Amino acid sequence: MSKKIGVFVCHCGTNISATVDVEKVAEEAKKNNPGVSYTTTYKYMCSDPGQKLLRDKIKEEGLDGVVVAACSPKMHEHTFRNAAIKTGLNPYHVEISNLREQCSWVHPDKPTGTEKSIDLVRMMTEKTRKDKSLNPIKVPVTKRALVIGGGIAGIQAALDIADGGQEVIMVEREASIGGHMAQLSETFPTLDCSQCIMTPKMVEAAQHENITMHTWSEIESVDGYIGNFDVKIRKKARSVDLDLCTGCSSCWQVCPCKKIKSEFDMGMGNRTAIYIPFPQAIPSKPVIDRENCILFKDARKKNIKPNDSKVCRKCIDACPIAPVKAIDYNQVDEIVEEKVGAIIVATGYKELDDTSLYGEYGGGKYKDVITGLQFERLASASGPTEGAIKRPSDGKEPEIVVFIQCVGSRDPAKGCSYCSKTCCMYTAKHTMLFKHKVHHGHAFVFYIDIRCAGKGYEEFSQRAIEEEGATYLRGRVSRIYKKGEKLVVLGADTLTGSVVEIEADMVVLASAMKAQDDATKIAQAVYIQYDKDKFLSEIHPKLKPVESSSAGIFLAGTCQGPKDIPETVAQAGAAASKVLALLSADELEREPVVAKVDRSPPPVFSTCIGCFYCQKVCPYSAIESEDIKARDGSVIKTVARVNEGLCQGCGLCAATCRSKSVELAGFNDEQIYAEINALEFN
Amino acid sequence: MKIKITTKELKSDFAEEVKKRSGIDVKKCYQCGKCTAGCPVAYEMDYMPNQIIRFVQIGARREALTSRTIWLCASCITCTTRCPKEVKIAELMDVLREMSLEEGLANPLEKNITTFHEAFLNSVKKHGRISEIGMIQEYKMKRPKTAMQDLLVGPQMLSKGKLSFLPHNIKGKNAIKKIFEKCK
Repeated sequence: MSKKIGVFVCHCGTNISATVDVEKVAEEAKKNNPGVSYTTTYKYMCSDPGQKLLRDKIKEEGLDGVVVAACSPKMHEHTFRNAAIKTGLNPYHVEISNLREQCSWVHPDKPTGTEKSIDLVRMMTEKTRKDKSLNPIKVPVTKRALVIGGGIAGIQAALDIADGGQEVIMVEREASIGGHMAQLSETFPTLDCSQCIMTPKMVEAAQHENITMHTWSEIESVDGYIGNFDVKIRKKARSVDLDLCTGCSSCWQVCPCKKIKSEFDMGMGNRTAIYIPFPQAIPSKPVIDRENCILFKDARKKNIKPNDSKVCRKCIDACPIAPVKAIDYNQVDEIVEEKVGAIIVATGYKELDDTSLYGEYGGGKYKDVITGLQFERLASASGPTEGAIKRPSDGKEPEIVVFIQCVGSRDPAKGCSYCSKTCCMYTAKHTMLFKHKVHHGHAFVFYIDIRCAGKGYEEFSQRAIEEEGATYLRGRVSRIYKKGEKLVVLGADTLTGSVVEIEADMVVLASAMKAQDDATKIAQAVYIQYDKDKFLSEIHPKLKPVESSSAGIFLAGTCQGPKDIPETVAQAGAAASKVLALLSADELEREPVVAKVDRSPPPVFSTCIGCFYCQKVCPYSAIESEDIKARDGSVIKTVARVNEGLCQGCGLCAATCRSKSVELAGFNDEQIYAEINALEFN
Repeated sequence: MKIKITTKELKSDFAEEVKKRSGIDVKKCYQCGKCTAGCPVAYEMDYMPNQIIRFVQIGARREALTSRTIWLCASCITCTTRCPKEVKIAELMDVLREMSLEEGLANPLEKNITTFHEAFLNSVKKHGRISEIGMIQEYKMKRPKTAMQDLLVGPQMLSKGKLSFLPHNIKGKNAIKKIFEKCK
């Protein structure tokens, strides 16, 4: 039975009609083609009247196949298929012939454009003839979400999802949630105390009944697909029982290892071996740093179980919990398995710390050349100096501080070409914090461009110059060298064309925001793409900014690229709303364009020979193996099977299959050959 | 000195010409000034190194080629080493010197330097390496005002064996000759 096909050619204003004679295309579609019973052209097929025309004609003409010759199927395939559904026609009988992106936009003259368009429409008409009805695939949804990362992005996303009534599992690899925002002193452009606005959120997340928190934990593996992820979480041995510990502080007060550089204080202060990262940590329960604890060092040396070592047991002796102590030296890593329906990756950034990159700035040699985050810790009331600005070398109050912007940013020679976006603002903030604490001090800023795009940002940076007395010099610093107790900063002011030499007491480098060292590891664990700078990639830079390349996995915060707190919070909210939308349905409908491996009646069972070449090429790990069993349970044959939930319909397996046993629904061999033949034999 | 840049300069293809001769793309420069900041002879220059690049970027040919800066550059390569955009600034100065000489635009204030370069090259051409005495002789003859300059270091250098009265010729003098011919 031959199909009745309708061809609708769109002008797309003049986008198509300027280089394609649309009337002629419609006319030719009908010629020598008995299957095509109706053709027309229309100014904008995607408009409401255009869609109505399509619906009306399907009904009036009794069409059971439609070709819309218009823009890319990426744009409006969905629109026209939905219009078909309203008339009762199975949407997979509607095909798009791309006359815009692949024809009118790329060809300069009308004759060529028209000729190619006629061919394209004929090809699609032939394919439509072979189209079969397909029904959407339904997959169940696990109504829980996983948030990887417990910084401001992760906390905000978790809170939004939890407030929306869904369960959230939060994984943070450090001992406490809070991330970089908890380290900051004050935040631009309002100068409110970072911890004062951060800690209420941390507490809220910890107390929320819908949030389960795993700190000191990492993602071991992620399997499954949208709506149905299986996650393995490694709970690293904390050496402290979270249920028993009350966070009373007895243990870390007696710990004898007091000279360990605090990661939270960016090495500006010290911590003990059993420690909480900062006073407001959540959970406020310690962890033992097994690398530096003398008991664990001794156990490693003697190759005995840590609990058998008798070198130092001060913390366990001090622990007031009885009868079972809250400290367990022999604790081992534990793997927790969780099922979730959606994942938000919010793993954050790290500050450029490769000091060897900048040999001309001392390469880490000079104690008084510090990074932006180190300055934050100096200025923070909870920092190692309790907010007093003291230089690290001798604890003196610096009078002249030079701030250097773009250290590691906008520097292709050092392998980092992007702008870190936040440094202009935080440097302006640093000059203010410095002036507020050292009134007689002077702040100099070397900059290339001041980029303060954001609400109230320009005014803030101007305030640093006009009211707070910071001197801005336009030029990059070439070298810093030591001269007695001073640091000589050799810079330039290109606006006057002069060399500038400043004898400074302290230098602060506005270090770049870089991707986490193990960003690629997490990207590979959850199958998402990353860019040349190892920031995780969104699927569309404008229209899908929080969606990753894998369905059901979303991005929030600085793991996707440098951004400030307001932007991070907004993105986290956006990702959370996507997750809530996903989890709101009991079942997910998926496009039925998926691959299928042949199943035949006995004695063949399947033409698949089980070579599993398809498994090797599949980028989505969607090919599984299946044993075809006889009634007595014996295995007759092991063949490939496609997991419809994971399959994205790319067709690589179908192209690779040596026995032609894989078929991609909607793009089977018959349909593709019909298209090619239409081109070849006309 | 005030300079007026007009459409003529802005539309000229000076930057392209420099690129063709040397492969140096001045468009890459975003004027951060790191070259100027680290230049050990910037204090003597009439224009800062980053300004010379800017002149090339906007087609201000005359300003670039008549500047003293291009002659004062000591080719220490600090700027090239530290440039975040990997612009070969010291090499650019070389090209500008060549162009300046070709077009007779070399700054008269820096005649000493051009003469010194000539004397140096002539000596290499003749002997395959420099003969200090010969070179200094030629230089001082051409620039008599400098005749008494640095005279006192002469005996010191002599006593330390740093100067010899007779020139030393190298083995591959012919090869050097060929290089000079090729560069003509």
